[in-house]
Amino acid sequence: MSEPVLSVRDLRTTFPLGGEPVPVVDGVGFEVASGEVLALVGESGCGKSVTALSILRLVPRPGRVAAGHLRLCGRDVLSLPVREMRRVRGADAAMIFQEPMTSLNPVVSVGAQVVEAIRLHERVSASQARRRTIELFESVRIPDPAERVDSYPHQLSGGLKQRVMIAMALALRPRLLVADEPTTALDVTIQAQILELLRELQRELGTAILLITHDLGVVNELADRIAVMYAGRIVEEGTREEILARARHPYTQGLLRAVPSLGRRGERLAEIPGVVPSPIEWSRGCPFRTRCPRVLPACAETMPAPTRLSTTHASRCHAVAAEVST
Amino acid sequence: MTPGSPPPILRVEGLRTWFPIRKGLLQRSAGWVRAVDGVDLSIPAGRTLALVGESGCGKSTVGRSLLRLVEPQAGRVWLDGVDLLALRTQDLRPHRRAIQIVFQDPIASLDPRMRVRDAIAEGMQAFGIGSDEAERTERVRALFERVRLDPDQIWRYPHEFSGGQRQRICIARALAVEPRVLVCDEATSALDVSIQAQILNLLRDLQAELGLAYLFITHDLGVVRYLADRVAVMYVGQIVEEGDTERIFRDPRHPYTRALLAAVPSIDPARRGIAARVGGDVPSPAHPPSGCRFHTRCPEAFERCPREEPLLYPVGDGASRCFLADQAR
Repeated sequence: MSEPVLSVRDLRTTFPLGGEPVPVVDGVGFEVASGEVLALVGESGCGKSVTALSILRLVPRPGRVAAGHLRLCGRDVLSLPVREMRRVRGADAAMIFQEPMTSLNPVVSVGAQVVEAIRLHERVSASQARRRTIELFESVRIPDPAERVDSYPHQLSGGLKQRVMIAMALALRPRLLVADEPTTALDVTIQAQILELLRELQRELGTAILLITHDLGVVNELADRIAVMYAGRIVEEGTREEILARARHPYTQGLLRAVPSLGRRGERLAEIPGVVPSPIEWSRGCPFRTRCPRVLPACAETMPAPTRLSTTHASRCHAVAAEVST
Repeated sequence: MTPGSPPPILRVEGLRTWFPIRKGLLQRSAGWVRAVDGVDLSIPAGRTLALVGESGCGKSTVGRSLLRLVEPQAGRVWLDGVDLLALRTQDLRPHRRAIQIVFQDPIASLDPRMRVRDAIAEGMQAFGIGSDEAERTERVRALFERVRLDPDQIWRYPHEFSGGQRQRICIARALAVEPRVLVCDEATSALDVSIQAQILNLLRDLQAELGLAYLFITHDLGVVRYLADRVAVMYVGQIVEEGDTERIFRDPRHPYTRALLAAVPSIDPARRGIAARVGGDVPSPAHPPSGCRFHTRCPEAFERCPREEPLLYPVGDGASRCFLADQAR
């Protein structure tokens, strides 16, 4: 098998809290194969966005990647010099964010911003880059692309701005697209358009996508595989069907039952009692034990090792491990 | 109105809230944003009406207009037999007690320097509820229990609570003056799903215990199905479809409602493939399209749609603002 586009091992990213470096991402590992969509899901503060930023070495100070191995397109990301890293961003891996408005320069036309991104990486003339930008706008289905390149960000709707961001991210044909809540700020009919676009582009270009989101519906639409994060760790991982239909970790199960879905009428929603612990409160043992309906004495002692449930499905839970071994 | 349902506690007729667009040095009025453009609603006591739609459709302005947090130009808001819009500001006060609002962001809604006990007791004092401070403290403790918080924590500050707990505090504060109608404006939208489930269950319990009527303003259709008895769908300042929740989800009649429902992703792995039924963007309420406001995006538009404005035509238990519903009659 060919090398995965991205492989992450034992990633540990810390932020100083109360003077001490506290791990916000703690021992995360996963792989994304060429052309594959892996979704990293979880609630606020679970570490999914910090994981994404760590991969592109964009963790804001005073946070830092304290340990781990990151291989992107065959290169060791953490040991690359800063200049090399700049080339990796954009050419090997590009990122799109939730808020297109904060990622676009308000005083430069959207076309000029894409042209700039292209010319930073490639020796092409301004007019060539502009032609490519128009083609890119066309490929992300921006209406009247030849006129739209001269628009300023405030003249575009949220959906169009997100299309510009996608065009910019794909400008250099990266092998990996990191998409952090790409549709969260959008209305549902616009979200449907963007999800359709991402699905089509992914199929046409074969770009691998690392999708970061809290929305399990969006995950179901795009992902091939899903990794569920809780308190800085991946607690369950599997194919889309394995996670959404046959989840074994009590947290994943609770999350799925708490979603008010269109198909179900009126019945009481399953609550996960309590709140997510803050990183300072993370300690020995399983971080979910304070809210878990299936807690065992072992849960206070050690973080459970992954229990293999299939070649693709694994769950880090003492209760699941006990069930499987009997 | 469904047969057998109780008389409405809240009835809204012809509500119109336009905002002026001001231009230039002299701030001359250069047009109007028709945020709410002729809305009728009715909620029976103890029931929930969900007002749904996308950003800018005017749903939040409806909520704010009911409490006169913004001043509507026209319409009637009958609350328990009194038209709130006909009252002078100084006469409005006693009636304000009966309708309260909970917003999306519990952090912005609570004064960080005020102890939670005082934030909740403030409204009681204003309406003369409780004979003295000690009695109001007891009432705050009881409200804390009612929203499933620890009554020993009433003297803490807002920052000492989590996001979900702060939303419980906002709900307790709204309940402190014993309202009959609670407007929830995206009240669970900022919360994580596991916490949202806690708050939605709480709201349902409170309704059963207190007989409150809810106007639940949201963009989240999953939440609507869970909580609402009836649904009103808004588009560019107008209601385009209204009816019983089950019927709307099973058999949506307006093309916009159909597009909205088709666009919601499911979490069932067997049901993948939402449809982007409508292209383009929502038009601005400053320049609503001619005729049917949805005709610029409607997959079923025909020649009548841009020329003539459709009315709300009755369909079954509700109504649809679409010529197709008119023809089907």
